[in-house]
Amino acid sequence: MTESLPLVSFYLFGAITVLAALAVITVKNPVHAALCLVLTFFSTACTWLLADAEFLAIALVLVYVGAVMVLFLFVVMMLDIDLVPLREGFVRAMPVGLVVAVVMLVEMLTLIGVRSMQIPAPAEPAAAAGLSNTAWLATALFSQFLLPFEVAALILTVAIIAAIPLTLRRRVGVKAQDPARQVAVTARERIRIVKMPAEKPTGAAP
Amino acid sequence: MITLAHFLTLGAILFCVAIAGIFINRKNVIVLLMAIELMLLAVNTNFVAFSRFLGDPSGQVFVFFILTVAAAESAIGLAILVVLFRNRATINVAEIDSLKG
Repeated sequence: MTESLPLVSFYLFGAITVLAALAVITVKNPVHAALCLVLTFFSTACTWLLADAEFLAIALVLVYVGAVMVLFLFVVMMLDIDLVPLREGFVRAMPVGLVVAVVMLVEMLTLIGVRSMQIPAPAEPAAAAGLSNTAWLATALFSQFLLPFEVAALILTVAIIAAIPLTLRRRVGVKAQDPARQVAVTARERIRIVKMPAEKPTGAAP
Repeated sequence: MITLAHFLTLGAILFCVAIAGIFINRKNVIVLLMAIELMLLAVNTNFVAFSRFLGDPSGQVFVFFILTVAAAESAIGLAILVVLFRNRATINVAEIDSLKG
């Protein structure tokens, strides 16, 4: 029983992954699609755990479920989308999509081959090296892949900076206060003294 | 015992589901972005499986970089989507044809 436990859990997580992925592409509401995508990511992280990739499984949950999908949900809920025109052509495109997907799947499964299902896994490489998965990954990342690692940091910085000016907008006609001008104001700008000759009454008052 | 083919099959199924999603949801940019995320996930699953079965950490390092680039991509993509919706009041791909001659 304990021998087949990883396999049973793999099938369970795999089935949840595939069903949630199918739900992502078929549900009407984009919010529901985003939530199903969260489920897909989570169960995929579980299958990665079965492949002894602990660090990446947790990173997937933190980065994707925690950050990217929340961003997706924010955007989906922020935009007031009219769903009806987006759904037209759904039924018409369905047969083509299904045929292409099924043919591709059959081709890929033929390539993978069912016979290779019999080959068992080798010993876990990280444990064979006497390290945890994180240490094993970090050894490669900070020695062999140090330059790509820093380039990745640069890419993230560029993405952060680029996202801000993309969405920044300066609206005209907004009655907002400008604190810098308020502080820099002088008394001369507040009051204007006008010099003019005093008026003299002409003629006698009645 | 879980074998390499199990993971590759899962990756292939996920990838084909994403392909079908792009075909049947081609009007909705948000679902298209989600389908792209699904494809990246399928590829990442293959990388993780090969890394495990070949005993090479390079595969997992690659997944790490793919996660980084995909996070940047979705941040920029969603920013573009917000700007697009602000200017055109639609995210329907069929109506975004300003560049058509």
